[in-house]
Amino acid sequence: MARIILDGLRKVYPGKPPVVALDALDLTIDDGALVVFVGPSGCGKSTVLRCVAGLERLTSGRVLIGDREVQELPPGKRDVAMVFQNYALYPHLTVYKNLAFPLKERHVPRQRLDAEVRRVAEMLGLTDLLRRRPGQLSGGQRQRVAMGRALVREPLAFLLDEPLSNLDAKLRTQMRTEIAAIHRHLGITSMYVTHDQVEAMTLGQQIVVMREGRLQQAGPPAAVYQEPANLFVAGFLGTPSMNMVAGRVERGVLHAGPLQLVTPGAPDGNVVVGIRPEGLSIASSTDRDGDRTEPIIEVVVAHVEALGYENLVHGIVSGIDDADKLLVFRAPPDVLPQVDDRLHVRVDAAHLLLFDESTEQRVALTGPVLPADDRSASG
Amino acid sequence: MTARNEESSMLLDPLPDGPTDAPRRRLPSPWHFVLLPLSLVMLTPFVWMVVTSVSTTEESRRFPPGLPHSIQWSNFVDVWTGSPFGHWLLNTAIVSVIVVISNLVLCSMAGYAFARLRFRGSNLVFILLLATLMVPFQVVLIPTLLIVKSFGLIDHLSALVVPNLVTAFGVFLMRQFFVSLPPDLEEAGRIDGASRLGVFTKILLPLMGPPLATLATLTFLDIWNDFLWPLVAIQSPQNMTMQLGLSTFQGEHLTAWPLLMAATLMSQLPVIVLFLAAQRVFVRSIASSGIK
Repeated sequence: MARIILDGLRKVYPGKPPVVALDALDLTIDDGALVVFVGPSGCGKSTVLRCVAGLERLTSGRVLIGDREVQELPPGKRDVAMVFQNYALYPHLTVYKNLAFPLKERHVPRQRLDAEVRRVAEMLGLTDLLRRRPGQLSGGQRQRVAMGRALVREPLAFLLDEPLSNLDAKLRTQMRTEIAAIHRHLGITSMYVTHDQVEAMTLGQQIVVMREGRLQQAGPPAAVYQEPANLFVAGFLGTPSMNMVAGRVERGVLHAGPLQLVTPGAPDGNVVVGIRPEGLSIASSTDRDGDRTEPIIEVVVAHVEALGYENLVHGIVSGIDDADKLLVFRAPPDVLPQVDDRLHVRVDAAHLLLFDESTEQRVALTGPVLPADDRSASG
Repeated sequence: MTARNEESSMLLDPLPDGPTDAPRRRLPSPWHFVLLPLSLVMLTPFVWMVVTSVSTTEESRRFPPGLPHSIQWSNFVDVWTGSPFGHWLLNTAIVSVIVVISNLVLCSMAGYAFARLRFRGSNLVFILLLATLMVPFQVVLIPTLLIVKSFGLIDHLSALVVPNLVTAFGVFLMRQFFVSLPPDLEEAGRIDGASRLGVFTKILLPLMGPPLATLATLTFLDIWNDFLWPLVAIQSPQNMTMQLGLSTFQGEHLTAWPLLMAATLMSQLPVIVLFLAAQRVFVRSIASSGIK
């Protein structure tokens, strides 16, 4: 087990024009942490993993595993283990021999090898399958063998490259829990690459959001979700994704369509207002009576997705962005609005995020967002 | 068992069982009505060869051909006693085995290099290699002969071995199969601590069963049945291969058909055995590959 330090990683694939897969990536992964790398396809998340594993040569930068600089070492000498998306089990070898392969290559004595293979097989529930070949296993079993092969030699770091993406939804949920359990149990420093947000949010102690080879934000999942560093992170995390509308701050007051809000600390200028679907809710009659201070906007229902456990409402608001704007928000399962219904929607001001329109960075606010009418009351 | 093992043994629940691999029987299809007569047509020359090999010389010249009155096993004895048949068999076996082994080793290594290693000019070299496939052997027969002669190998078994040690077709065939193997396997092997050679011999080659069996069979058939090159390169009877030896049964004025067919039948036996054996390997290799 070891800390992993990525120092100024840069990877350029030669070509015309050259493709910059990674650029100026600095990150420290604590000993025993599970860090999830997430981002759209081609964002360089897999490249990071491959550079740490030694499957790709860095253009520049350093990789430290423990106290050792490893960027010049071949993959076999880095003491890392990797689980591949397609499992990459050796099809001609039995499960036993697949698990034994990394130990055999390291000339582990036969008795210890046998004991280690059986220990891992037992831990992963593979004991009855040791004589089978990968072709005779189900997807979930293959996945477990791949995990076992990575775990058997107790590596310093554990690299997982979209390990669950070939499984069906049910099995994916089960394996997700199992991976979390294994990590809790063994505490091996792990880097996990996925494009699945649910995996990222639920598995990682830290998540790293990447885009076009650059790190966008790293931090605990909840923090990254609630306080995204920029528009990209805000839009990428969350399903359905964050509602975004254009607005303008003038003398500390945000104007965005029907919304007039006091935004302490926001500099004047054009902004993008972000609000997650959970920041909007259908206003109850008491809200409309004016007991609550949160702003209320009127929407016309355009489409409802009934998911059983909740309903996703797509509503049109007039007067934002000089056009009609679609907002998505959640409604409880027993509230099923019909298309063309007019609804009053309460905006939870605490959920509002502001992003600078030109830099796309989040604007840090110095105080709570309040309706402009209440300015005098709050002040 | 240590305390840790006991603790870890119940970490995960068992998963549902994997797919069973019960063999499926193939049902006859309408194609069989086409294939069956075709295979009978293919069998005719073979049957004729067998019949002639146990006939007398007179019977072999009858028209239309028919079954012999009595089976002349003596034809086979005459082949062994009347000609250096054993010698030819041995020569052919030596040449075939060496060429097959060297092709398996060299073509697979070259194929791997063309498929996976990036080196300057690799594509150009590969295209040049492919281009040689389009040149018929008759065109390069004389230059090959001159080269072999300059090495002083004429009328020696090595004249039959050296030019065939590695073939462009073999390299091409191997490369295509290496390209089709997922690179993940190789990367997994390297992370697991195997060297490049280790990955090649322990992971990739075992997966190459079908193409290696194909290459071995094709190379063996090629060398075993080769006539033109041995005819040019070999002169003395003791260095002749089987096909060259068979031609000595054909005189200018008279051909001993029963003897020729008996010798031909014996010369084809290893080929038939190899084909049947290789067929089993094909099926087994494909069944064990088990990769999605």
